[in-house]
Amino acid sequence: MAADPHRLADGGRIDRSRPLRFRFDGRDYQGFAGDTLASALLANGVRIAARSFKYHRPRGIMGAGVEEPAVLVELEGDVASGNRPATTVPLIEGLAARSVNAWPSARLDLGAVNQLFARLIPAGFYYKTFKWPDWHLYEPSIRRLAGLAGAPKEPPERAYESRHAHADILIAGAGPAGLMAALVAGRAGARVFIADEGTEAGGALLNRNLTIGGQPAKDWVAAAVAELAGMENVTHLQNATVWAYREHNLLMVQERAPGNPSLLGRNWRVRAGQAITATGAIERMMVFQGNDRPGVMLASAAQAYVNRWAVRPGSRAVIFTNNDSAYAAAADLAQGGVGIAAIVDSRAAVPDHAMALVPDIAVHAGQAVTSVHGRGRVRGVSIAPCIGGTARRMPCDLLAVSGGWNPAVHLYSQSRSKIVWDKRIASFVPAEPAQAVLAAGAANGAMGLGDALAEGAARAVAALAALGQRSDVPALPETDDTPYTVTPFWTASGAGAKAFLDIQNDVTVADIELALREGYSNIEHLKRYTTGGMGIDQGKTGNVNIIGAVAERQGITPDQVGVTTFRPPYTPVEFGAIAGRRAGPVVLPYRHTPLTRWHKDNGAVMYEAGARWRRPGYYPRAGESFQDTVNREARCVREGVGIYDGAPLGKYEIKGPDAGAFLDWIYTNVMSSLTVGNGRYGLMLTDDGLILDDGVAVCLAPDRFLISTSTGNADPVGQYMEKLLQIERPDWRVKITNVTSQWANATICGPKAREVMAAMGSDIDLSPDAFPFMAFRDGQVADLPARVVRVSFTGELSFEVNVRPRDLPALWEAAMVAGAPFDIAPIGSEANHVLRVEKGFLSLGHEVDGTVDPHDLGMSWVMSRKKDDFVGKRSVELRRASGRSRRELVGIRPLDPNRQVPEGAPLTPGGRKEATEGFVTACVWSVVENRWLGLALLTDGRARIGGRAHVRLPDEVIEVELSDPVFHDPKGERLRS
Amino acid sequence: MLLIDCPFCGPRNETEFTYGGPALAPRPADPGAVSDADWVDWVTVPPNPMGPVEERWWHSRGCGAWLTIRRHTVTHEITEVRLGR
Repeated sequence: MAADPHRLADGGRIDRSRPLRFRFDGRDYQGFAGDTLASALLANGVRIAARSFKYHRPRGIMGAGVEEPAVLVELEGDVASGNRPATTVPLIEGLAARSVNAWPSARLDLGAVNQLFARLIPAGFYYKTFKWPDWHLYEPSIRRLAGLAGAPKEPPERAYESRHAHADILIAGAGPAGLMAALVAGRAGARVFIADEGTEAGGALLNRNLTIGGQPAKDWVAAAVAELAGMENVTHLQNATVWAYREHNLLMVQERAPGNPSLLGRNWRVRAGQAITATGAIERMMVFQGNDRPGVMLASAAQAYVNRWAVRPGSRAVIFTNNDSAYAAAADLAQGGVGIAAIVDSRAAVPDHAMALVPDIAVHAGQAVTSVHGRGRVRGVSIAPCIGGTARRMPCDLLAVSGGWNPAVHLYSQSRSKIVWDKRIASFVPAEPAQAVLAAGAANGAMGLGDALAEGAARAVAALAALGQRSDVPALPETDDTPYTVTPFWTASGAGAKAFLDIQNDVTVADIELALREGYSNIEHLKRYTTGGMGIDQGKTGNVNIIGAVAERQGITPDQVGVTTFRPPYTPVEFGAIAGRRAGPVVLPYRHTPLTRWHKDNGAVMYEAGARWRRPGYYPRAGESFQDTVNREARCVREGVGIYDGAPLGKYEIKGPDAGAFLDWIYTNVMSSLTVGNGRYGLMLTDDGLILDDGVAVCLAPDRFLISTSTGNADPVGQYMEKLLQIERPDWRVKITNVTSQWANATICGPKAREVMAAMGSDIDLSPDAFPFMAFRDGQVADLPARVVRVSFTGELSFEVNVRPRDLPALWEAAMVAGAPFDIAPIGSEANHVLRVEKGFLSLGHEVDGTVDPHDLGMSWVMSRKKDDFVGKRSVELRRASGRSRRELVGIRPLDPNRQVPEGAPLTPGGRKEATEGFVTACVWSVVENRWLGLALLTDGRARIGGRAHVRLPDEVIEVELSDPVFHDPKGERLRS
Repeated sequence: MLLIDCPFCGPRNETEFTYGGPALAPRPADPGAVSDADWVDWVTVPPNPMGPVEERWWHSRGCGAWLTIRRHTVTHEITEVRLGR
C-alpha cells in the first residue's frame, strides 16, 4: 500500500508530476493536475465537506459529476462563483473554495444546532408558520439562514462572451454514443457541433474499465477525438455543457474556461438542423435512514474515484444495490485496494453475469441496508432481509449505493418532446419527439456500451437522412460490457425523517408522507410544497425516487404519478455568461442630440427623458438651488425668451395618395382638410378607446404630411401606424418614414421670441397674420435652411425651428447671440414641465397613462363628429354610453400654497383610508401664481371644480382646492400672439 | 428563440422581430354596425388556444414588414408565415 492512505500509487487520469496547491474552508491541501476539487478533497481524506441546506447536517461528497447533490462550494478570487458542485470544479493552482452553508467551516459548523429542531421544521413549515401578518416580514432573515452562496461582490475581471453558430447536427455529450454519432456524421461531411460537460471526452468510459474492439475503451476515445480534430466540418468542445433546448432547435452551450485567457466563459447559441442527445444516465440514490451520512456515495462515483482519479474513497466498503451496475463498481473498488465487506442486493435473485464479476465477494441477496451507524461519518450499517427479519450490523467506512439509473432526459424533455415510463429499466425514457431531436445511448435507456455505440451510429444515420443525406451504419467494434437489469427498490423499511429523498434540499420520506397526508398528491404540488427536486441539482439523483416513493405509498405506478417538468438550465449557468458583452449601457445605448456637447459645456444637468434620449434637465448657475434654477428658467419663458433643445421629438412623414385618409383614420380629428402650410393638434387612440399619443400634423403637400409624436413614444407609434397600414389597410397607398433623426429643432419661446427670430435673420414673414399659430413655413433662419413651425408646449409664443441635425449647433449659437440683448437663456425639461402644467397641457406618462380617453381630459373637442369611423371611436362611444363615473382631469391648489404634493400621490374621500378616487399627476411651483399647484385625475372631477379633495400620504393628509386644469392664459391669447 | 421565415429576408432569429399580439379577425369595416358585445369581444378577447394560433410579428430590425404567422403554442412549430394579414 502507498504511503498516502487515500491515493493509489499509480493509475488514474491525473498527472502526478504536476502537484497543485489549493485551499478549502481555510485549510491548505495539495492535489494533482487532472483532479476535481472533489477528488482532491477525498484524496486528502476530507470526509465532511458541506452542511445541509435546512438542518446543517454534515455531508460528504456523494457523486462524481453534475449529479452531486451535497457538496456545493463558493469559489473565491479570480474565478469567483457561487454554488458550484465540488465535483464539477477542475482543480487549478491556488484555487480557493469554501462550503456554502457552513460557518466557520463544514467540519465545525455552528448552524448544526438546527439538527436539534429538525422535527419542528417539516415540509410546508414556512407556509404554515410565517404567514401572519405577512410572509415578507420574515423572508429576509429566513433567506439569510437558507444555505446557498452569495453572489460575488465584484464583477469578474475577465469577460464572458456570446457566440452564435449553425450546425447540421448538434450532439450533446461526448461519451461512447455521442462520439460514435459525431464520427459517422463527421465522416459524411455534415457540419457537426459536439459539446460535452466533462474536461475530457469519454463520458462514463473514463470512470470504468471497459474495452472496445479488444483495446481499453480510453484508447478508442482518444482515437475518436483525434479523428474529429482532423475534420474541418466538426466543432468539438469539452468543458462545455448544453444547458438548454429551446424553440426551433436552438441549443445553448456554456463553454467554461475557453482557450482565450481573457475570457471566463463563452455562451453559444447553436441553431441545429438536427440534435442528438447523448447525455448518458445518472445513478439514483438508495433511500434508507441515514443515507446522507458522509461516507455514503453513489457506487458509480466511488468507481470513478478509483479508476479516474486514483483515489480510494474508503478502506472498507459495503455496496447496496438493486441492479447489476454496482457489481462492476465493486470489482473495480476491490481492484483499487478497497476492502469489500459485502454486496447487499435488494433483489431476491442476482443474475449470473453480475455474480461472475465478483467471485470473491460476499453477496447478500434479498437484503437491504436499513440504517447507518456513525455520527460525523459512516462507521457501519445495519442490514436486514427485505421481507422482514432480524437486522445485523456490518462495520464499514464507505457505503456505495446504486438505486438504478435514470437516462438524462433533461434536454430531450426541454425540447417539449414526450418522455414515458419504461418498466424495463424503471425510469423515464424519450418517446415521440416534438422537434428535430433524437436520443442515443444511455440517454435513450440503452444502458450497455455496445448499445450506446450502435445507437450513436444509427441516430447519426437517421439525422443525416432527415437532412437529405444517405449514409450507412459502419461496422461496430466488439465491447465487453455486461447486461443491465434492475428491480426498483424505492424505500427501505423504517425510512422516515432521516431517509433523504432530496439530499440537497433536506427532503425526507417523512416530508413526502406528510405532504401526501395533507393532500398534496399531485406531483407538481408535492414538489413545490416539499421543495423536493428543486435547487441547484434539480433533483438529479432524487426525483425518480420521490416519484417511486409516492407511487409506493399510494398503491399506484410511477407512470401514474407522472413527472415534473424539466426546465433549463441543466446545470447552473452564471448570469454573466448569459449576458455576455451585453451589459450596462451597451444593452440600450443612449441617444444624444447634436447639442449634447453644448449642454454639458454650459453646465446642464443631463438625464434621460424618454426613449433613452439624454437631455438637459436644467442649467444651474453658481449659487442656485434646483428650485431657483427651474423658477428662473420658467420665468425666462413667461416674461422674456428661452430656447429649448427639441431634437428628440418624434417625427414621421406620411406620404401617398391615401395619406390624408390614413391620418383621418388614426387621429380623432380630421387632418385631410389641412391646407398646405398649416397644421393641427390631434390625439391618436387605440381601438380600446384610450389615448396612445398626441402630436401635431402639418400638411407639406396634398399627399404629404409631417406628424410629430411624444419623444418617448416615437418608436411605438411608428410600429402601430405600420401595423394598421400593413394589416388593416394593405390596399391604401401610403408610405410611412421615420424622420426623427433627419430633423433636429430648437424651440424659441416666450413673448420676445419674434424679436429674437427677426434678429437671427430670416426670409420668412414672421408677422402674426402672415404666419399664424399652427402654421409652418419653409425658409432661411440665420442663413440655414429651416422649417419653422408655430406650435407651443409652453403656452407662450413659440417658433420651433427645424434644421438638418448638423446645422443645429450653428442655429443654437446664432439664437444665443441674437437673443443676448433679450436675455435669452437655455431651458431644460424641468422648466418645460412647469410651463406645461401651468397651461394644463397633457403629458404622456403623467396625465395619459393608458386608462384615459379624450373626454376624461376635457378634450371632447378633439373627437370629430364628422367622421363615421376612426380608430378608437366605437370604444369611446361604448364606454360613454355606460354612463359610469370616470376619472377626469382637474387642477389642484393645496390650501397651503407652500405645500408641495408628491406626484403620483393618491386622493381618497376626505383623506380617509378608503379606496382612492384619483391621484395627483403633476405638481409644480408655479411662477405665475407663486405657489404650488398641479393636475390630478379625479373621479367625476369636473363636477367637483370649486370644491375640495384630499391627498392621502402615509403620515399626513393634504387638502387641495379643485379648479379648471388651465391656470395660465385660458383663452390662449399668448400662444396665438 | 423562434426562427421566423420572413418572406423577404428568409429565416431570421426572433430577436430581429417585435411581437405584435395575436391575430384578430379583420377590423369590422363599419364598427358602428357591430353589436356592442361583438365589438367588445373583438377588442378585448384575443384567441389564446393551447395549439395553433395566428399572431402578428413585425420584422422591425429587418425589412419592416408586418407578418402573420401560424404557431403552435406548445411546440412553437411555425406552419405558416404570410405577409400582412
